[in-house]
Amino acid sequence: MSHDRRLFLRMAGSAAMAAAVGAAVGCATEKTGRRRLAMAIDVRRCLDVHGCRACIDACHLAHNVPAVPERRHEVKWVWKEPFERVFAVEDADTLTASLRGRDVLVLCNHCDNPPCVRVCPTQATWKRDDGVVTIDQHRCIGCRYCVAACPYGSRSFNWVDPRPFVPHTTSENPRGPAGSPRSATCAKSGWRMAGRPRAWRPARIARCCSATLATRHRTSGGCWRSGTRFDANRSWGPGRRSTT
Amino acid sequence: MRDRLLILGGLALFLALVTWPVWRALASAPAPPPTLARPVGATRCVAPVEFMRTSHMTLLAEWRDRVVRDGVRTYTDVDGRVVRMSLSGTCLGKCHTDKTQFCDRCHDYAAVTPTCWNCHVAPPPATARGSVP
Repeated sequence: MSHDRRLFLRMAGSAAMAAAVGAAVGCATEKTGRRRLAMAIDVRRCLDVHGCRACIDACHLAHNVPAVPERRHEVKWVWKEPFERVFAVEDADTLTASLRGRDVLVLCNHCDNPPCVRVCPTQATWKRDDGVVTIDQHRCIGCRYCVAACPYGSRSFNWVDPRPFVPHTTSENPRGPAGSPRSATCAKSGWRMAGRPRAWRPARIARCCSATLATRHRTSGGCWRSGTRFDANRSWGPGRRSTT
Repeated sequence: MRDRLLILGGLALFLALVTWPVWRALASAPAPPPTLARPVGATRCVAPVEFMRTSHMTLLAEWRDRVVRDGVRTYTDVDGRVVRMSLSGTCLGKCHTDKTQFCDRCHDYAAVTPTCWNCHVAPPPATARGSVP
């Protein structure tokens, strides 16, 4: 079989076309895959309520998060940080006076490319199809690589036995042993949101007094579904239900 | 060899002391098997009783992996019933409502200490909950 230039070009063209078709099919499969979940926080509304801890307390209660008084052993799932520390790029000199020193609600961002997942040596933490970054405590060896890798400080570690610091345990969720990482992965919430009745929505959303938190799924392409701008009065948000 | 009697006597005493637990166990009656509280209102388990006696830990490990890793939360048993794969929710929540009267009795008898309850929280007994589901 002779290999001339015409044959080579024909084969190269066929290979390129096959690759292109494969990539297109792959993209289509990804876009029609499982829904991705998202949760929005309207920071402006949250800032209006001074000292509110309703959603933090509800989340920590539902998920048996220990309230360790010692700061270096603190376990944080949802917590508040000063505005200038959360949005560090803002120039502190030009920061609006109304924002200076105000607390912003922060939690795990469920990154598209999570560093905690990349560094985990046992795949105990991974990103689910619906976008939730979660932990399999059974597989975790407590190496704390994820704690070091998270750029947002959203990974905590059970430095001490959490049991004495969980006053009201919920049998639905485990506490995690001493020597295991904790994170606001909210895997439960992800499950509850997917096609469940409203009563099953995440605890912190039900408790939010200012209708600040809302859930919505994203398209798998990573964008908000068109026409779903955040509006707490929309039916899919917590809306006025939470005030009753 | 004038110490022969002393040496042999000491050895015999040593052996008697070391093997004392064995003789004691052989002389006493075997420990009675644990009496387990039977579930009220439920007649069938998710798998045959013989299988559950020997391999419930395997089933629970499989449930754990399917729920945590695969996101599958329901289990279809041999009778076609669909149950939620949850030890604290289904097993302890609906049938064996008191962990101390079922799980713990057998585990104590077999001297087994599962690590499940280091993290997981058993629901309170049905009597404490005020009703038997």
